[in-house]
Amino acid sequence: MPQRMATRAVPEVVDHLFRREAGKMVSYFTRVFGMNRLSLAEDVVQEALCQALQTWSIRGLPDNPPAWLMRVARNRAIDLARRDKKFRDFTPELTHLMKLREESRQADPVFEKEIQDDQLRMMFSCCHPGLSTEVQVTLILKTLCGFSVGEIASAFLANEDSIEKRLGRARKLFRDSGKFVEFAGEAEFPERLEAVYQAIYLLFNEGYHASESEQTIREDLCYEALRLGLLLSEHPMAARPKTFALLALCCFNAARLAGRVEGHGELIQLEHQDRSKWDAGLIAKGFGYLEKSAAEQEMSEFHVEAAIASLHSGAESFEKTNWEEIVKLYDLLYLLKSTPIVGLNRAVAVGYAEGAERGLEELARIAEGDKLEGYPFYPAAMGEFYLLAGRRSEAEKSFARAEGLARNPAERRFLEGKRKECFLEYGK
Amino acid sequence: MAKFMMLFRANPEVFQTMSPEQMQKVIQKWSDWRESLQKSGHLKQLGERLEGGGKVVRGKSKAITDGPYAESKDLVLGHMSVEAKDIAEASQIATGCPILDGDGSVEIRPVMIV
Repeated sequence: MPQRMATRAVPEVVDHLFRREAGKMVSYFTRVFGMNRLSLAEDVVQEALCQALQTWSIRGLPDNPPAWLMRVARNRAIDLARRDKKFRDFTPELTHLMKLREESRQADPVFEKEIQDDQLRMMFSCCHPGLSTEVQVTLILKTLCGFSVGEIASAFLANEDSIEKRLGRARKLFRDSGKFVEFAGEAEFPERLEAVYQAIYLLFNEGYHASESEQTIREDLCYEALRLGLLLSEHPMAARPKTFALLALCCFNAARLAGRVEGHGELIQLEHQDRSKWDAGLIAKGFGYLEKSAAEQEMSEFHVEAAIASLHSGAESFEKTNWEEIVKLYDLLYLLKSTPIVGLNRAVAVGYAEGAERGLEELARIAEGDKLEGYPFYPAAMGEFYLLAGRRSEAEKSFARAEGLARNPAERRFLEGKRKECFLEYGK
Repeated sequence: MAKFMMLFRANPEVFQTMSPEQMQKVIQKWSDWRESLQKSGHLKQLGERLEGGGKVVRGKSKAITDGPYAESKDLVLGHMSVEAKDIAEASQIATGCPILDGDGSVEIRPVMIV
């Protein structure tokens, strides 16, 4: 499905029209109603979508579906404002806004731009410092990406209750203290931008690493992250080197999505992936963004991660990968982001660059390696290098330990396969 | 060829809880169905969608009452006209209607020709 990802990486695809428009309209009406009335904005939008569903089913699609939806939602909002006492307090503002928009039935570039800004403001509003990144991402998916609670739950491999709880936490916070974040003159802008980066990064990685959920919904998460990154890059205040570095990273990794999993969600190691399945278009885009990200002196962890991903994406084969350069980049990344996971990846790169025994050495001395205790791919990496070094019984033990730590059936099947590989090697 | 009217009935509440993505899939199914009817020459005329609630005027007293309510289980959502050989074929056509997926129904009524 590489071609599909490539065409989908354009923001205006009709592919997910309903999701897209839901996100736009929720952002717009949240600006009109205020962040504390987020649920109201969502209700108005849901109703408009419902009307569309019933009308378009029988009549077919109108000439301009987004404009149709916006008109119906706007009318509904005006209705509410007129009928309900609760809305009297902001009726003047609302009716004024509504009147302004009354004429814009056709695609109006000014309005389009305004909606785009609303989406950005929404993104920044969701990344409230009082919420965890996990909650921020959940909220972004619900409001800005048009995902339902059920869809978020299946994407995160969580149950619907826990997703509802996250959203409830956010709504409560916004009821009490939330506001719609404006761009201009905001002192908190840099801090919020950083939070937005982290949210997009998490969103992408959720899609990239959740091996057990349905392939399509994982791709959707990665694609949403890309789309939000693009949205960010189109705003002068947010079009920074770090934004482009994040986009480059997302493009390189998204390009390799199709090669990572096979058939029924079986994981395939980088070594054995069919590189012709990688999306050349997205890889080219990745290099384009990487170049843009180098425009200024700024250097972020995304720059380094994107550079590492570019070396994998650009390598003809696993054997021809420039591991020496990757080790240098991991050294640099470790300075910016000293986590045991980065340490693990670095050690693996050392192993491929300098030999299995060196890899084992580095693996054994990862700083705070004890934090990786529950992580199956730590012992799996040991197993891999033991196997390469011909130390088969140690390899088998490592894979067995990894298998015991597997977090889902796909991982378990994969690690079981690795363990059995050691047996096979014995038989030879 | 005979003319038939199809009346689509469903409980509109089932739509309220759908996600945008699910809604889009339903629309897609309808589009596919309409297109297939157009291609096969069965589709006579696109119908109209009816609003949720309404009024009923009944009997000599000409009493005006509310209803059907928007929440009714078997609300007529809209209609469409098709041409078919006979009612058996028209019914066969209706089996492809996406409203059935949501537990709705299609009522097929021959249009009387005088």
